[in-house]
Amino acid sequence: MTVTKWNVRAGAYYDSVVLMQLQRGLLGLSGVVDAGVVMATQANRDLLAANNLLPDSISANPDDLLIVVKAKDDSSATEAIGKADELLARRKSSTVSEDFRPRSLSGAVKQLPEANWVLISVPGRYAAGVAREALELNKHVFLYSDNVSIEDEIALKKTAREKGLLVMGPDCGTAIINGIGLGFANRVRRGGIGVVGASGTGTQAVTTYIHALGAGISHAIGTGGRDLKSEVGAITAHQALDVLARDIDTKVIVLVSKPPSDEVAMKLLTSAQATGKLIVVDFIGYSPPSRSLGNLHFAASLSEAAGMATSLAEEQILHNESSNYQSPIANHYLRGLFSGGTLAYETTLSLQALLSPFFSNTPIKESQRLIDPLRSQGHTIVDLGDEFFMVGRLHPMIDNDLRIRRLRQEADDQDVGLILLDVVLGEGAHPDPASELAPVINEIKDKRPEIEVVVIVVGTDTDPQNLSLQVEQLRAAGAIIYPSVDAAIDFVARLFHQAPRSEDTPISLAAFSNPLAAINVGLESFYDSLVSQGAQAVHVEWRPPAGGNEKLASLLARMKK
Amino acid sequence: MSIDIDQANTTAINRLMDARPILKAVATARDVIPEMKDNLFLHAGLPIEWGRMSGPLKGAIIGAMLFEGIAKSEAEATSMVEKGEVEFDSCHHHGTVGPMAGVTSASMKVYVVENVEHGNKSFSNLNEGYGKVLRYGAYSDDVLKKLHWMNDVLGTALADALAQSNGLDLRALIAEALHMGDEGHNRNKAGSLLYLKLISPLIAKVVKDDAVESEILQFLGDNALSVLNPVMAACKAMTDAAHGIEGSTIVTTMARNGTDFGIRVSGLGEKQWFTAPAEIPVGLFFSGFSQEDANPDIGDSAITETAGIGGFAMATAPAIVTFVGGTPKDAINATLEMYEITFAESKYFTMPVLDFRGTPTGIDLRKVVELGITPRINTGIAHKNAGVGQVGAGLVRPPLKIFEDALIAFAEKYNI
Repeated sequence: MTVTKWNVRAGAYYDSVVLMQLQRGLLGLSGVVDAGVVMATQANRDLLAANNLLPDSISANPDDLLIVVKAKDDSSATEAIGKADELLARRKSSTVSEDFRPRSLSGAVKQLPEANWVLISVPGRYAAGVAREALELNKHVFLYSDNVSIEDEIALKKTAREKGLLVMGPDCGTAIINGIGLGFANRVRRGGIGVVGASGTGTQAVTTYIHALGAGISHAIGTGGRDLKSEVGAITAHQALDVLARDIDTKVIVLVSKPPSDEVAMKLLTSAQATGKLIVVDFIGYSPPSRSLGNLHFAASLSEAAGMATSLAEEQILHNESSNYQSPIANHYLRGLFSGGTLAYETTLSLQALLSPFFSNTPIKESQRLIDPLRSQGHTIVDLGDEFFMVGRLHPMIDNDLRIRRLRQEADDQDVGLILLDVVLGEGAHPDPASELAPVINEIKDKRPEIEVVVIVVGTDTDPQNLSLQVEQLRAAGAIIYPSVDAAIDFVARLFHQAPRSEDTPISLAAFSNPLAAINVGLESFYDSLVSQGAQAVHVEWRPPAGGNEKLASLLARMKK
Repeated sequence: MSIDIDQANTTAINRLMDARPILKAVATARDVIPEMKDNLFLHAGLPIEWGRMSGPLKGAIIGAMLFEGIAKSEAEATSMVEKGEVEFDSCHHHGTVGPMAGVTSASMKVYVVENVEHGNKSFSNLNEGYGKVLRYGAYSDDVLKKLHWMNDVLGTALADALAQSNGLDLRALIAEALHMGDEGHNRNKAGSLLYLKLISPLIAKVVKDDAVESEILQFLGDNALSVLNPVMAACKAMTDAAHGIEGSTIVTTMARNGTDFGIRVSGLGEKQWFTAPAEIPVGLFFSGFSQEDANPDIGDSAITETAGIGGFAMATAPAIVTFVGGTPKDAINATLEMYEITFAESKYFTMPVLDFRGTPTGIDLRKVVELGITPRINTGIAHKNAGVGQVGAGLVRPPLKIFEDALIAFAEKYNI
């Protein structure tokens, strides 16, 4: 028959490492069969109950320290409970004469003013408060804690964005800043590949694969798992992309996340494109619109993302020209007038993910359906071979009349900057389409020289129309010719890449180029890890405000100013 | 909430730091202390009735009554007290501070310190030195004899000497002493020698009898606490200047009467004390004594910590680190900890070992409650029985509860 005794200490917060040491110490005492030392949260109580260490009569709050001892007899149990203080004190005594450990973030900042990062791993209900304080002190935040409300997350990230600060997380497991791993990170080679990761283990996998392939990491920035949800709008991911875009050491950027919402994905891809850097996108489980879109390359798995990033980093010289090019039509609309249904569809698939607002008469998503097929809106792709246009009319591969009229209509729209056409040659098609289209293109280029006309020409030199002759006529009229949708999209994507949005305060690159100095609030192991990596760090001996007394804590919150 | 606490605290702290305490005079209590009366006995800490007083405080009051001559014996004194023929009040209600029991009566000579920046005055009795002394509750004939000598000979000489000068700048003296290994509470060795240096030429001018002069200088020089009382009065002048600032959460008084610990807060009432039973200091004991002999915390000397020296300036007093754990690093850590709960760093009191950083100044009620860190107070430890004297020295912290109570009262007053 065993005896179970316990001790509840109200408002006594210890970090879990201390508690584990105490628990181990109690287990080492004679007569003790089992022991549990936990903060009495519901989860911890469930855990104790599962081990038959939670007598029914115990009442304790989540902020209370709960010590439970099961022993072979009453006196052993009582004695063990009595030893708890001694065991706790024993650990403390080893810290005497060590460097002073501040209890407040502001105290830590005084001790290490050059710290530009704050790692936060306190219990979730307190984490937002600590993060807020860190932002007030103008520090970037690595927020490991979970159970932070999405409202808090949004508020923190908005504040951070206004101040030019980064909030990685909540629930951000992994980051590597200037060669120093934060949280759970692998020791990987430094190099030219930057990572933006919404998933901690995803980031770990990609960075280790890249290391194994012989390449290295410039910075790996975590965003937290909810950043790419539409409520949050990928605030951190956008900032991270912007930082890595401006960081000269970063040649290639890998973007890793679970599939975001369409709207968020579109904005993020637009931003990614705008960086002008080579980007490898792995939205795990997301079917990419194509293998690549301009500077964007889509991977289907983490290892493929690592492989693509590594080879792109090696060949990145090829892509340098696009990096800072700002086209004069970047803020105009594209209009695509297609005769071939599949060509229209393939183009739509790529562009709908890249351009906004986007519409088509044959859309991928219903929300992008053109209200009136005769009237373009925003960026538009029209399949003129769609049955709507076919009533009492020949197919546009034979009859250019409809397309010519629509060409003029689009060119009259001052918001239009690019017109995309396809010309499909071969048996049965119009005998010389270029002869009718080229004069109209000429006329448009005369009137509005800034408009780009891009033509995808599908055919062979042995076709009746002769591919070379067709291309020659169109080129002479001022059109740009591509043999495939891919190649045309690549060109379009680069023309429409926009300069990064300037409304955000840019994050100073100093925090990424200076030796990492950080303040750790929460798990002591994160501090130990920083120090062992050679980073300067201060650990805050954090306790819940006012010892966990909610009434006092809320008073204090109102008395902050 | 219409108040701006940070702004109010800035005002309070600036007043505290800019206060310029000058030791102006030595005078008789009844002539200078506001509302002093012949049957009024001031004591350390917050007000307390006779029945709840601890041994040392009762002893000191009996001693003071014998000194005043209003009672001829302990029994008579006790019976007068019980009949209500004498009154008690907190030194703090009269601009006064006193170490340990802090008992100050009408005929006693007191130091007069004036804050020439803001015009407020403060007072403290003369320090008796070591051994059996009134402030620890002793009232034997030799104790009383020494008190009379101090009042008649020493006090008169100091009064005449100070009258020869424009006063001694105590802020400058404290600043210098902090650079010489004092923290201004438990160690006043350097400060007392500085005081002796400043006062002896003046004493030489006014005392005609060489033997008396020698006796006075010997007494001041032998007592490494000579300057404690003027220093405490200086701290009182500084903290009083910071009191009564609407909306300020700065603690302006910490004091103990041997039974209860009390604090006052700048933005709260003049006589609004927040109290809890005083704790027994933890420390090192003179041989023959132990923790068992210790009286609960007593004395107004925590005014030094309230003003930003004493335990708060521990880093600068490596000679007495045994009180805080044993190593100079522990002393530095003690000071670093106090930065966590203070609002500012002193402009005038700096510590060479911390690269001349200012001492942690102005305890902010909010920070104490938020972080659960209570102020560190260096203190002498009194024997729990009257008249035995000092049995050790060590460290004490006030109970957290009084700061929580004060915070709640503050929130109520300002509708937060």
